[in-house]
Amino acid sequence: MGAGTSSHIYEGNAPRLMAPSWIFIGFFLLAPVIMMAVYSFLTKEFRGGVICEFSLAAYDQFFFDRGLFGDEPPSIEWTYIGIFWRSIWQAGLATFVCLLIGFPTAWFIATRDRQSRSIWLFLVTIPYWVNLLIRTVSMKFLIRDTGPLNEFLLQVGVISEPLGLINTNFAVQLGLFYSYLPFMVLPIYAAVERYDFALSEAAADLYSGAWTTLRLIILPVVKPGIIAGCILVFVPSLGAFLAPDLLGGAKTFMIGSLIEEQFKGNAGNWPFGAAASMILLTIVLCILLVYARNQNKREIR
Amino acid sequence: MMASTTDLRRFPGFLAITLTCLVVLYAPLIVVAVYSFNASTSITNWGGFSLTWYVDVFTGPDAPKFQRAAINSLIIAVCAAVAATSIATAAAVAMTRAGRFKGKTLSFALINLPLMVPEVVTAVASLVFFSAIGFTTGLLTILLAHIVFCIPFAYLPISARMQSIPDTYEQAAMDLYATPRQAFTMVLLPLMTPGILSGFLLAFIISLDDFLITNFVKGAGVETLPTAIFGSVKQGIKPNIMAISTLMLGVSVVFVSLSWLIGRTGQNKK
Repeated sequence: MGAGTSSHIYEGNAPRLMAPSWIFIGFFLLAPVIMMAVYSFLTKEFRGGVICEFSLAAYDQFFFDRGLFGDEPPSIEWTYIGIFWRSIWQAGLATFVCLLIGFPTAWFIATRDRQSRSIWLFLVTIPYWVNLLIRTVSMKFLIRDTGPLNEFLLQVGVISEPLGLINTNFAVQLGLFYSYLPFMVLPIYAAVERYDFALSEAAADLYSGAWTTLRLIILPVVKPGIIAGCILVFVPSLGAFLAPDLLGGAKTFMIGSLIEEQFKGNAGNWPFGAAASMILLTIVLCILLVYARNQNKREIR
Repeated sequence: MMASTTDLRRFPGFLAITLTCLVVLYAPLIVVAVYSFNASTSITNWGGFSLTWYVDVFTGPDAPKFQRAAINSLIIAVCAAVAATSIATAAAVAMTRAGRFKGKTLSFALINLPLMVPEVVTAVASLVFFSAIGFTTGLLTILLAHIVFCIPFAYLPISARMQSIPDTYEQAAMDLYATPRQAFTMVLLPLMTPGILSGFLLAFIISLDDFLITNFVKGAGVETLPTAIFGSVKQGIKPNIMAISTLMLGVSVVFVSLSWLIGRTGQNKK
């Protein structure tokens, strides 16, 4: 904040100026999310919708086999926990691969001169602004059995039959990685751009090799950018719908598909979909909370 | 000394990885763009250059459907971007020029809330909400949902820009007997224009791109371009889809380039 912003020209007008955003976000996002939290504790109506009757059935169905309140002893139901676990694993792996590719890319761009830096950055940004659906469809077209990738590899003679990539976990993985890679590059770039190379010089003077400097000096210093990038990739990957749906087919269910099915698909169990949404939201908010807390600690220090 | 400084910036293999990164990012898009000009009816065998599928997009049997969807998309994106930009500008003025006020931290959290809630959750929550209050789903519900999640995207560049403008200009204007309204429209607004424009463009693209939320709140019969494309892709990728995709790709590239150029002129002035 510059010193110039201290005179508060619009002092007293804040409520009037903020009102539109409070109303819009409060009414059309906060209220709906709260309403959904309530729905997750209601009874389901067949063919979608809810009956206003308190019930823990949704959470019960999520976590327990045969029901917590049934005659037989309940056991943990692994189906849905499994879907969540697989989503976390897929999103985590996508994040890791994005980091492996994204960090060197961000580093490379940030260490160019000013002119070429902005051109490289521009090149990385363009795909991010192309419609996610179109990017996912493009990926589907590229990797399907009769697609250009297989065609090319067959022609060259690297493979003798199509790779069979489509409708696999690997395809979903590739889709997630492809969707969110720019999210990893940009924050790391911002962090590397601010990196003080005097630190590298000092390390070199003390006989540190390039890779040792990277590991012991650079990575810790640009860590905030890396963490921001990981969150920006992990969080949307976790709730992704398009990549599992278009690239994974029916076999590779992720949280997004599970929720979608409850509201739009055949399952039609709104309380259960609401419960799954609330569990996803809780996971995401926990991650963001831990992140925000660390940020604050860093600022205080 | 100079030589060692440049050496310290280099790691072997980083250039190769960067190039890989760009190849991965662009390969699918380029492949689809190239194949959209394919003359062959079988979509993967190359049969020579042709504009058949582009003609098909505008005159073929699916043309009316896609045209209506495109018009819907444009109307919604323009309205959502105008609304979100206005709301975000007012919020940015309050956050940067009104000093401390009650609920400032909460307001900041609220503005960023659409970024924090996973998109699928926002989509489902909107559906539940609109159906509970008896809103018939259609263009209006899509628009309202879009305005909400466009607000933070418009807010970020606008508030970033405002924070870099000291308010001494406005104070000077007011010392010279400008009314607060004049100080805003004649001094602050022109200075903020690059931020507002790039906020508007971001919001516009974000709305144009959205599939998930639209898909949940759209209701039967109302389509935007992404939902129409999704519906069509479910039955297999047809060449006309590749032509539409390439057209949309082109629009995105033009918009990003515009936004980039505007951003650059803004920086040069500083």
